[in-house]
Amino acid sequence: MDATQAIGDLTEISPQVRHVVVIGPDGAPAGSNMRDDAAAARLADGAKRLVEAAGALRPDVAQLEAATLAGSVFVVRDGERLIAATTTPEPTVGLVFYDLKTCLRSIEEPPPAAKPARRRPPAKKQADDAAS
Amino acid sequence: MPPRKLVTGFLLAAGSLAGSVLVRRRAARKRERVDLYAEDGSMHSFGEGTPEADRLLPIAHELLS
Repeated sequence: MDATQAIGDLTEISPQVRHVVVIGPDGAPAGSNMRDDAAAARLADGAKRLVEAAGALRPDVAQLEAATLAGSVFVVRDGERLIAATTTPEPTVGLVFYDLKTCLRSIEEPPPAAKPARRRPPAKKQADDAAS
Repeated sequence: MPPRKLVTGFLLAAGSLAGSVLVRRRAARKRERVDLYAEDGSMHSFGEGTPEADRLLPIAHELLS
């Protein structure tokens, strides 16, 4: 599933979620439901800063919620990818985390750069086997 | 003391206790905070006013504005 479709499904099942951005291993936004690319980049940048600041407090942070009176910011990490979302105030925390994880895991990772094919070692000749 | 007055007094006390618990819970929920979840499933919560929350909450405010 591509990022746009996964984010569309997420916002459909979770009305508390407002804005979502998926951040790829390179740190760039890989998908978003925001019309403005600059706004998506701003959310991605803020999410990375939150993870960086949280990592300074606890090195093994896998997910976080920053709850304010205006709403919450959620960030979930899965491997080298991140998903960040803003929500309405007082969201159902467990549900939002679950939906974000499901969304991130449903997005196919881009295939790794093609590696040169390994050459198979030459098979032993049957004649050698027969001789022994 | 008549039993009816005793029951009324008990109900009033129980009601006001339940009310104060509800008000406290709502007030606690309305405080700003940052919850960090580690990979092992543990969670640390930092309420507003703590140095940890003061580092992260301004970024959240910026993203929500």
